[in-house]
Amino acid sequence: MFKIKQITSLLAVVAVLFGFATESFAAKKSKTLKNTIKQGFVKCGVSQGLPGFSNADASGNWTGVDVDVCRAVAAAVLGDANKVKFTPLSAKERFTALTSGEIDVLSRNTTWTLSRDADIGLTFVGVNFYDGQGFMVRKNSGMTSVNDFKDGISACTNIGTTTELNMRDFFNSKGISYEPVAFEKADEVVAAYDAGRCDTYTTDKSGLAAQRTKMSNPDDHIVLPETISKEPLGPVVRQGDAVWEDIVRWSLNTMIEAEEYGINSGNADSLKTSDNPAVKRIVGAEGEMGAALGLDNDWSLRIIKQVGNYGESYKRNIADTGILPDRGPNEIWTNGGLLYTPPAR
Amino acid sequence: MNAKFKKIIPQLLTLTFVALVFGFFSYNAQLNMENRGISFGYGFLSQESSFDVQFSLIEYDGSHSYFRAYLVGLLNTILVSVIGIIFATIIGVVVGIARLSTNLLINRSAAYYVEFFRNIPLLLQIFFWYFAALRALPLPEDAEPIFGVIFLTIKGLFIPAFVWNNLDIFLYSLLAAIISIIVIRSYSKRLRENEGKHIPVLYISLGLIVGLPLISFLIGGVTLNFEIPELVQLAKTSFRFNGGLGLPPELIALTLALALYTATFIAECVRAGIQGVSKGQKEAAASIGLTPNQVLKLVIMPQALRIIIPPTTNQYLNLTKNSSLAAAIAYPDLVLVFAGTALMQTGRAIEIVSITMLTYLSLSVSISVLMNWYNKKIAIKEK
Repeated sequence: MFKIKQITSLLAVVAVLFGFATESFAAKKSKTLKNTIKQGFVKCGVSQGLPGFSNADASGNWTGVDVDVCRAVAAAVLGDANKVKFTPLSAKERFTALTSGEIDVLSRNTTWTLSRDADIGLTFVGVNFYDGQGFMVRKNSGMTSVNDFKDGISACTNIGTTTELNMRDFFNSKGISYEPVAFEKADEVVAAYDAGRCDTYTTDKSGLAAQRTKMSNPDDHIVLPETISKEPLGPVVRQGDAVWEDIVRWSLNTMIEAEEYGINSGNADSLKTSDNPAVKRIVGAEGEMGAALGLDNDWSLRIIKQVGNYGESYKRNIADTGILPDRGPNEIWTNGGLLYTPPAR
Repeated sequence: MNAKFKKIIPQLLTLTFVALVFGFFSYNAQLNMENRGISFGYGFLSQESSFDVQFSLIEYDGSHSYFRAYLVGLLNTILVSVIGIIFATIIGVVVGIARLSTNLLINRSAAYYVEFFRNIPLLLQIFFWYFAALRALPLPEDAEPIFGVIFLTIKGLFIPAFVWNNLDIFLYSLLAAIISIIVIRSYSKRLRENEGKHIPVLYISLGLIVGLPLISFLIGGVTLNFEIPELVQLAKTSFRFNGGLGLPPELIALTLALALYTATFIAECVRAGIQGVSKGQKEAAASIGLTPNQVLKLVIMPQALRIIIPPTTNQYLNLTKNSSLAAAIAYPDLVLVFAGTALMQTGRAIEIVSITMLTYLSLSVSISVLMNWYNKKIAIKEK
């Protein structure tokens, strides 16, 4: 009798320990995941307003493809895509906000470069938009290509971005002298260019397309066809929390892979009984993908159901708003684009 | 011994406390940076900056180092502060005296100016001058020349540049004029004190400062030409001015905003200073037969200055620090170039912010020291 009691209590203790260990092994390792669950929302850094990527409407609702990455993380970790606290950041503030812990995910059209990835305590988890730097000019200037640029051209741009560096490389290689006018906020760049302070406005082409919609008369401006740099934009996390890094990476990958396999917010539930094991893995009907990340097995299904796949996000935020209807390189690789994710298995 | 010990104890405790607080923060920062794989060091200062700056007083482009970029920002900050301080002082003194005018129109307009400009946040004023006033300026191709050679456009103010030949000889002649003026002044002072004789120092000085440089032109081989800005076409509807001296609109807007804003406070200092001199001084001076000009120059101003200088020093410091708002309108000052672009490109937040803070501290302390020296110089010398 006495012995049985001892054994049961021992078993209970073991069960508790074991249960605790299996349930939150990853969570215990990740301080960020633990804190996120505790506070009940994902701390996400976004831009101060870039239509199509991260933009708040009049009632404070954030939309955009960058915003959707954070929503996907919230859906995966907390079960609700709306449990995100957005912090608008200037280009200058963004990395400090991330390394200081004010935000846990930076999803703010940020270019992945070697020095940013390696030198300042950041880790880029993937690419959610393939972009390149371009130039916008006034239509009536008659300029139709960067070959029309002449010595002394003034170019408005943002400080603290790769744009400033690319611009120098570009003008130097062309042997053209130029006047850089660099502002801290995008709105001020647009206002100054619109007023005629600069002959051209340069930033990532997606940014140009988005900002063009903010001009007093968008049809007066054109984006020149040339692309002068590679700008792979993607979400960033702090270095040193591998579990959190994996969660953000695979939240993004899930959205892309879901599109590749034709899974969307409408059909995700019904595809649980699909014949294709890859599809079943993505919707969480097969395998133990969630446990590996310290999450439950429905994490990916929630992302697809609440946020949608990458194509839905692109269509909703960038194509339907008229910013960049043509997906160009941001098409799934099977359709001739660059979006190619490692398999979820 | 015991009393001395008692005096030292609180000081030691405070010192230890301060050291502990600093130690805690630096240890914390070090630990956090280590955890996040961020290295610390000032080596980046010698690396190539690879970004260009719009406006620079020294030769600079992206192939220079970050330290050079720091100097560019620092010099631009000093430039806008010095110009701002000069204009703010001139406007402030004029408005301050106007505030005391018995002419109702002058008096009221000075008062309205002060109340209007000091009660609107400076950042808004900078935005106003840059975005509202800038939009009203003509495009380069539409600009009407002022005096035929100066062009005020949306892309900046373009004035003729001086092209000197044998500039050094001209400068030497100017230096010689200044030295002889100093000598003559002290000689005339001795003459006045010892023999009661007056010599017309002002006219002699004017003659020297105009005459000597003139001689350098006539026989020293100094020549001066003007390079007048000319309009060049960049594209069908895109123009700019080439040649001459171009001042970017960002500098103009910032200087204007800083000067007009700070001048209101200086005007109040000046008014307070003059009103602070007791009425009896003025009456006494008049009663010994001094003219109103002499009363102001010899009796009122020397006493008023002692009241004006210390609060005005504060305004100079404020102006210098406020110039960091330049970042909002793309004027490449220390904050925009160094604590902005350089910080972003290197990611060295702690290093760059600490350098920037130290720089502003040194600038402010320098101004304070200079103004305190001046204040001491004009203080009543008790004999």
